[in-house]
Amino acid sequence: MTQAQALRDDTPLDVVALYMFTGLAALGALLATALSPDPSFRFSSWIMLAAFLVAFLAMSVQMANGKLRSDPTRYADGVIRAGVIATMFWAVAGLSAGVLVAAQLSWPTIFYFPDLEWLNFGRLRPLHTSAVIFAFGGNALIATSFWVVQRTCKARLAGGVWPWFVFWGYQLFIVLAATGYLAGITQSREYAEPEWYVDLWLTIVWVAYLLVFLGTIWKRKEPHIYVANWFYLAFIVTVAILHVINNAAVPAGLLEAKSYSAAAGVQDALIQWWYGHNAVAFFLTVPFLAMMYYFVPKRAERPVYSYRLSIVHFWSLIFIYIWAGPHHLHFTALPQWAQTLGMTFSIMLWMPSWGGMINGFMTLSGAWDKVRTDPVIRMFVVAMAFYGMATFEGPLMSIRAVNALSHYTDWTIGHVHSGALGWNGFITFACLYCMTPWLWKKERLYSNALVEWHFWIATTGILLYISSMWISGVMEGLMWREYTPQGYLANAFVETVAAKHIPNMIRTLGGLMFLSGALIMTYNLWRTIRMPSSAPESASATPAAQLIAAE
Amino acid sequence: MWTKHKAFERNSIILTIGIIIAVSIGGLIEISPLFYLESTIEKVEGVRPYTPLEQAGRDIYVREGCYVCHSQMIRPLRDEVERYGHYSLAAESMYDHPFQWGSKRTGPDLARVGGKYSDSWHVDHLRDPRSVVPESNMPPYAFLAKRELDYRAIEKHLATLKTVGVPYSKDQLANARADLEQQVDPFAGEASDLKKRYGAKVAQRDFDGDPSRITEMDALIAYLQVLGTMVDFRTYKAEDPENMR
Repeated sequence: MTQAQALRDDTPLDVVALYMFTGLAALGALLATALSPDPSFRFSSWIMLAAFLVAFLAMSVQMANGKLRSDPTRYADGVIRAGVIATMFWAVAGLSAGVLVAAQLSWPTIFYFPDLEWLNFGRLRPLHTSAVIFAFGGNALIATSFWVVQRTCKARLAGGVWPWFVFWGYQLFIVLAATGYLAGITQSREYAEPEWYVDLWLTIVWVAYLLVFLGTIWKRKEPHIYVANWFYLAFIVTVAILHVINNAAVPAGLLEAKSYSAAAGVQDALIQWWYGHNAVAFFLTVPFLAMMYYFVPKRAERPVYSYRLSIVHFWSLIFIYIWAGPHHLHFTALPQWAQTLGMTFSIMLWMPSWGGMINGFMTLSGAWDKVRTDPVIRMFVVAMAFYGMATFEGPLMSIRAVNALSHYTDWTIGHVHSGALGWNGFITFACLYCMTPWLWKKERLYSNALVEWHFWIATTGILLYISSMWISGVMEGLMWREYTPQGYLANAFVETVAAKHIPNMIRTLGGLMFLSGALIMTYNLWRTIRMPSSAPESASATPAAQLIAAE
Repeated sequence: MWTKHKAFERNSIILTIGIIIAVSIGGLIEISPLFYLESTIEKVEGVRPYTPLEQAGRDIYVREGCYVCHSQMIRPLRDEVERYGHYSLAAESMYDHPFQWGSKRTGPDLARVGGKYSDSWHVDHLRDPRSVVPESNMPPYAFLAKRELDYRAIEKHLATLKTVGVPYSKDQLANARADLEQQVDPFAGEASDLKKRYGAKVAQRDFDGDPSRITEMDALIAYLQVLGTMVDFRTYKAEDPENMR
């Protein structure tokens, strides 16, 4: 007992704080499980109870063994390694869910079960979108931001053991959200489906994330904050604002899963699409540009093309993006001035978007030969090209006359996937290919040939996906508004559903190819991790000197 | 000029404040007026809070994620008005917490589906969509007819809705459970308490063809059948000058 006491006495404060937090959270979850009259809430509480208990026990064991101490002279890379693995895992999970829902739309008689409600499209589709955006994308962002902020500040992550809380807390958020959707616990707000208690949990995790990130910046040994960190900071701060305001709701009781949104109707619609479009902006664009601003120059071994362009890019992008939400509500009951504002700013967005893309492309000046020799650089280039395409198509679709045709159709789905698969997917894959050898101290990837296979299978998959959705979207939009010479509507709605059968199948195939690429990557990275180590310390002790903000 | 940017690059708090200001302006200018403008907060005759059964059905609609395939927002375009009916008014979703306008039409718009099909069509269609629409790729919802509606917390639900602004009266809140049960009672009659509280137009019948119990199917169909039927467009003229603001 005395020995245990001695070990406890020199346990760092941050560990003790997290230990107490975990214990109290477990107690809270136990009470909620015992007292709630609502089966849905009890279902989630059981998951929370299990998670907190496992965390509490794991921490007890590690504290007794004198672990969980952070060495201020080394970068905190363990949590990033965990993030890389989680990103791979959720990529496969989220993409598989996507292939399944695509197959449901193509072959409804095979993939539906009348009595298994949790396998229905309405519950699986939010699972797919949340898994790819928040689980795959979110883990990639947390992992890369932890890597970038440490290297560019030349400081270990702040908060001791709390970065691990951010990591595991975020996984718990994902599991609570995903199991909730399957069990029918949802707000049915697009891309903000989790119920109020899951939102509260994410808020706690997110504040911890902000503090870890800012705390690391405060410890920096460089006078300037590197440009990638501006983008990460804007992402963390703005997502917090969007998340809290959009999810304002009143629960039906403290131990009830159901809540009702604070706003209703048209106000709720604009708040939701202000959030929804800026989830695209501040979750899927701004922090992925941070990846671009760090990993592209690093991999190409060239400095960022223009420092001034990055300043203009940053401020104009975050200022203009926030206005674009109303273009999701063209021709609705939203007042037209708001729709016009949304459209105008969406068109203006083209400039900062392409400014950023050009800054990324021009960074490769003098290193373009690497596109031929290094498949990872090629992945970065294609990611930026898809970013340019998607940010050209978006403003186009935000024009009222175009939107009248494209809205409610598969065109939107195609547009989203050119951005999500081409831009977010590829830049994340490229970053994983960069970081894995660095993190596990390997000289190279297990196989460059497998990266080539991944690249070509996934690229072909994206092209099949987006072209089939363009065709089906424009086709159904035109069929809906087609008139006979006598002045009657030419098509019943269901005829458009039938007409989309072939494009739906091609889309499923495209998604399957993209998933296959991700599986190849997972295998390749796994073999890389299992390779014998070389060049110890090369990555974790050498800061990226040439990347510190240039003036 | 470019050296002035140093202030943001060297101080994380100034950078954070700069970010917060930059991202606040657009949202404030676009969203706040909606809480004051006449066209977004006006009331239209006929629009009423949902009955307890309809609200329970709406909760099922939300639970199942119907919005991922069905919109509830008819745009003022010729083909939409002819296909679905009068374009949607802001007032028609003023009691929708949350709104369910949707963003995708894998299936048709449902803003005015109320009264278009019979209850038994809905039962068949929900149970096995391809039995009535062979080309449909909608999931089957047979389990709705088998499961009894859980309205354990219906009073709490209505009270919560009142907290967020739905004008339920004390009478309506106190009798939520009775009203819910009465709406599926085919013998409740024209003078029922439910109709007194929610208006004579309220549909009051056994919706799922199984009068022995109240199922989730009852609730969902009650909700679908009221969608878009509250405003009477024979008397309400959206293009009248007083309605064109």
